[in-house]
Amino acid sequence: MKRIYLDNNATTMVDPAVKETMDPFFCEMYGNPNSLHSFGIEVRSYMKQALDRLYAGINAGDEDDILINSCATEGNNTVIKSAYFDGVLNTGKKHFITSAIEHPAVSNTFHFLEQLGADVTWLPVNLDGIIDPQALRDAIDPDRTALVSIMWANNETGLINPVDEYASICRENGVKFHVDAVQSVGKIPIDMKKMQADYITFSAHKFHGPKGIGGLYMRKGCTIIPLFHGGEQMAGLRAGTINTPFFIGMGFAMELAVKNLDYETVEVRRLRDRLEDAILQIEDVEVVGSRELRTPNTILASFRGIEGEAFLWDLNQKGIAASTGSACASESLEANQTFLAMNIGGELAHTGIRFSLSRFNTDKEIDTAIEVIRGAVKRLRAISLTSDKQYI
Amino acid sequence: MGKNDLIGGALWEQYSDKVSHRMNNPKYMGEITQEQAAAKKAKLVVADYGSDACGDAVRLYWLIDPSNDKIIDAKYKSFGCGTAIASSDVMAEMCIGLTVDQAVKITNIDVEKELRDRPDKAAVPPQKMHCSVMAYDVIKKAASIYKNVDMSSLVDTEIVCECAQVTLSTIKDVIKINNLTTVEQITQYTKAGAFCKSCIKPGGHENRRYYLEDILRDTRTEMEREKLNSGPEFKEFSELTLIQRHGIVQRAISESILPMLNNDGGSVEVVDMKDTGNGVTEIYIRYKGTCAGCAASHTSTYEMINSTLKDKVDKSIRVHIL
Repeated sequence: MKRIYLDNNATTMVDPAVKETMDPFFCEMYGNPNSLHSFGIEVRSYMKQALDRLYAGINAGDEDDILINSCATEGNNTVIKSAYFDGVLNTGKKHFITSAIEHPAVSNTFHFLEQLGADVTWLPVNLDGIIDPQALRDAIDPDRTALVSIMWANNETGLINPVDEYASICRENGVKFHVDAVQSVGKIPIDMKKMQADYITFSAHKFHGPKGIGGLYMRKGCTIIPLFHGGEQMAGLRAGTINTPFFIGMGFAMELAVKNLDYETVEVRRLRDRLEDAILQIEDVEVVGSRELRTPNTILASFRGIEGEAFLWDLNQKGIAASTGSACASESLEANQTFLAMNIGGELAHTGIRFSLSRFNTDKEIDTAIEVIRGAVKRLRAISLTSDKQYI
Repeated sequence: MGKNDLIGGALWEQYSDKVSHRMNNPKYMGEITQEQAAAKKAKLVVADYGSDACGDAVRLYWLIDPSNDKIIDAKYKSFGCGTAIASSDVMAEMCIGLTVDQAVKITNIDVEKELRDRPDKAAVPPQKMHCSVMAYDVIKKAASIYKNVDMSSLVDTEIVCECAQVTLSTIKDVIKINNLTTVEQITQYTKAGAFCKSCIKPGGHENRRYYLEDILRDTRTEMEREKLNSGPEFKEFSELTLIQRHGIVQRAISESILPMLNNDGGSVEVVDMKDTGNGVTEIYIRYKGTCAGCAASHTSTYEMINSTLKDKVDKSIRVHIL
């Protein structure tokens, strides 16, 4: 059975060209870049090139920094905990602002800081599913707020938050601003000379690079208290021998992602819209968020009467990979926080299914997916009590 | 933990082949109409049951021969995940051929066992155990409709842990007999709380009437009282010495009151206790931390402390704030 991968917000296939770039750094140029000898020296020019590609990819200034780390989760932890440590050691500030729809890498970090005494404001979403800049303006307090952290594009809905506006508000108030940009790279343009956030974080595996490597952008004048203490790597701000092949792969993956942005905006969007149109032709289906406000590749849909895990099961039987935030599909039986915060009927938490495309999906795959989705809906609705919800 | 926990996401790998098979090919899915019932001169029962735990819902159809109460056919509809559908399917099958009274005895454990590939290997991972509970509940509902009685009359005892079907009296007995002091021990002894975990404390995916934490605390307090009262004659609270009373009050405060106050950075201490001689025990408390000076400390917080002590210790208590 030929499988079709529509779960690209979870992770992506490594672009074969990226893999090829990485290959020489396993068995040939495997030196530690911190070594003085030729094995170390030969890697360094490739690292420099990778870094240049990352800077170019997000239009970072030459005096800004991009720390290479293991993933966006590490980056998010670093920025948020650093702001807390800075409060403890220097400023005394312990108020933080974030949103109710953050990825666990951000929300659970804040929950932990709450246990240590941090005061965290959780901004809700408005009817469009985004965080209203006015809510941030109301919550921010220049004397108390240590950091604002709000995601760019949401992983479940694809909805894009107006981070430019948040950045201006933070700047006006002299408060540092962090953006989890993990779902933005390769999907929407990133220009750090326009968007004035102080920190952004990303992971290579969301844009056809390898897993286990990511980046933390810091604007000139910003610094962090390291999460990892150790050697002098990354100017002492992120100790630990750098994963050179993956770093070099990430650089090239970034270059390709930016090169393919037009394709993403036009072709991936066209495929996504075609799938979405077909889904919307099915009775009693809702898609979350207006298309214009979303990343070009994401659909979060709710099929009435079909529990998310059951739907995923049927899709998987036919080789289609998607994702659900349904409580039934989680280890803890807790519904996805974004779904709850989105507050679109109570049903989404049970019926939400996410399809996320990539530049490697084809028209033919979308045709097959549409056919399989229709079949699964028919079968599962025959089992379900779709006609009435008055069951208790 | 274990390797599966470290890798994570192993949900479907833990389903038995029977679960997969039932999910892919449900045999008893469907409806039974009044016309079909009339044609067979049988009584149709339609029972709906919804779980607020996971938002799942199931509707069970029974065709019953009124002459001998035998279930001659069963079907169901299910809004739920794969394991809920598989559990409903096997539950419907198990009902057929039984009398209503026999069917009521089917437990969720029976349903889960029926879905096992091997007798010693669970059919579903722990957090999915409660899917089979719905199958069990809907049988009770159907039987109560057929017998025209209240559903609660068919449940003999208070179930604390639905997943493992552990009753309140079992848990209390185990705590007392084995002198248990932690929730983990209760789980080791009874399996209560080992599966979906929502009976351990409030805030799980399901609201419960009883939580293991509360049962443990209340049973321990009960045991303290029993120990103090185990002298030659039973003594009322007001008949105990002030030191004995202080011990009981202090325990109630640290177990039932302090956790709530500590959450908000506050605390309270007992400064003095007096016996007024007319059966009333006066307790003088002082707020500490954020409670001191808090606007609610003389209203809702005070009410909470007063009513908790009256409730958990003795009605004769009067609380005063210093």
